Amino acid sequence: MSQLAVEHLSIDFGGLRAIDKLSFEIAPGTIHSIIGPNGAGKTTLFNLITGIYTPSEGCILLDGEEVTGLPPHLLARRGMCRTFQNLQIFERMSAVENVMLGRHLHESKNLLGHLLRLPGVVEENRRSRAKSMELLELVGLGEQADAPAGALPYGALKRLEIARALAGQPKMLLLDEPAAGCNAVETQEIDAVIQTVAGQGVTVVLVEHDMHLVMNISNHILVLDYGRKLAEGTAEEVRQNPEVIAAYLGQQAEEAAAHA
Amino acid sequence: MPAWLMQPRTGGLLLLAAIMVLVYLAAPNNFYLDVAIQIGLNAIVVVGLNLLIGYAGQISLGHAGFFGLGAYASAVLPAHFGVPPLAAPVVGMLSVGLLAFLVARPILRLKGHYLAMATLGLGILVFMLLTNESQLTGGPDGMAVERLRIFGERISGKDWWYLITAAMLLLSVWLTLNLIDSPTGRALRALHDSQIAAQVAGVDVARFKVIAFVYSAMLASLAGSMSALYSGFVTPDKAGFIHSIELVIMVVLGGMGSTFGGILGAAVLTSLPQFLTVFAEYEHMILGAILMAVMIFLRRGILPSTLDLLARRRTG
Repeated sequence: MSQLAVEHLSIDFGGLRAIDKLSFEIAPGTIHSIIGPNGAGKTTLFNLITGIYTPSEGCILLDGEEVTGLPPHLLARRGMCRTFQNLQIFERMSAVENVMLGRHLHESKNLLGHLLRLPGVVEENRRSRAKSMELLELVGLGEQADAPAGALPYGALKRLEIARALAGQPKMLLLDEPAAGCNAVETQEIDAVIQTVAGQGVTVVLVEHDMHLVMNISNHILVLDYGRKLAEGTAEEVRQNPEVIAAYLGQQAEEAAAHA
Repeated sequence: MPAWLMQPRTGGLLLLAAIMVLVYLAAPNNFYLDVAIQIGLNAIVVVGLNLLIGYAGQISLGHAGFFGLGAYASAVLPAHFGVPPLAAPVVGMLSVGLLAFLVARPILRLKGHYLAMATLGLGILVFMLLTNESQLTGGPDGMAVERLRIFGERISGKDWWYLITAAMLLLSVWLTLNLIDSPTGRALRALHDSQIAAQVAGVDVARFKVIAFVYSAMLASLAGSMSALYSGFVTPDKAGFIHSIELVIMVVLGGMGSTFGGILGAAVLTSLPQFLTVFAEYEHMILGAILMAVMIFLRRGILPSTLDLLARRRTG
């Protein structure tokens, strides 16, 4: 059974149809990439899947259950975590506190205990911090744990978002351009982190422009153009698909002509 | 020095307690003690309001309304309903908490200016209610408050109220610091910078906004009740718009997102007008100039900006 199934999904913004009757499935434990030109609807699709937008039509099934229209925090309870293309960092909190917030669903809700700082809360804070430190180490930010997140450079914040998303112990992790704006070394580090996470059985859904990264690590690729499915398959299949070549190479050929 | 002493929370609490003792010992007469009590009462409100505004990033221009309701609970409940003065603040706090809980969800769906307008409206509504229900509240003239008695002992006088205010302030600071450094506190602080990131991490945004709103409203109510019992008299002014604005200024002036900063803000804004009276008619002008200068030169508030400067001097 597929972990995520999207059926005839559409969303309109005013007169613009950003996603148009899109259907696809994601198998558990795979790395699934979504690619396409700018404006193809990749981030919109992420926002639909994670409950930030409500679709105009169609439905979304998670583990066989319909979750269309559920708010993000309820989807998070079902094991869905994500990062953002345009960073969403808690800038006033330290790096490690950002990651600790990612563990929100695994922490106690006992308000009275929190107010009175019962011994359990102190212990819980300590445990949360230790686990978050492990994740910061994993993404290479162990040294910056207590720095205010707002003071960290862009590449570090990208990795901080990944650590925060991992802290939720997701069954499905959605990464929106994790390597954007990162240099070659950082991209490789992110590549390694994604592989490690996928190796632990987490389904990874990836929106990425770095084709090298996408082709290297994806089990399955979905190509979007103008909100529609252009092609779908393994890296090799997609690479040889004539429509994909036309969309990508055609674009490049036009650009080359414009520069000439 | 042991490590726990150096932590901001423990060290800060001890420092606050030490300052309270010093002020009591050094106060030359009752006038200074009265100012200190007023500071403490405002500080209790500001500690809660700072959690809402400074930490969770939700503005309220109506918290004097909750202060006023607390004050009138101390006045009206014993006078008209036979509730003992000691129980009145508790009943007041619970009722205000319930009221805040009921209005929080619809109001806190609003953001920015709209939230400011809605909370402003709430405050004005309370003010109108207290002013117009003159049968119960004495109307614009206010009403006398029955004095507090504990074990038959009449609690009045500056020494008693200094002690009570100091204890309640320490207690509210302790509770608030506890909350800030807990899973609930992290969720609240996350709201300030990115509600969307908090949501996808599983934070029920509405729930935590309600928590911050109700908590801050209950502290405001407590301070209001204490204020009424202390002064023996209430008027609707304390629930008014000007007082709401003063409370917000205290938060911003002292430092948004800094509990101790807010207390400093309460101290500065409460005491400054008292000491500026020597300038007679220029009092308000000088007060305004000082506030503007602080906001220009210590933009993040007195305490955070000063700590930043000190840290930079040490490393630079």
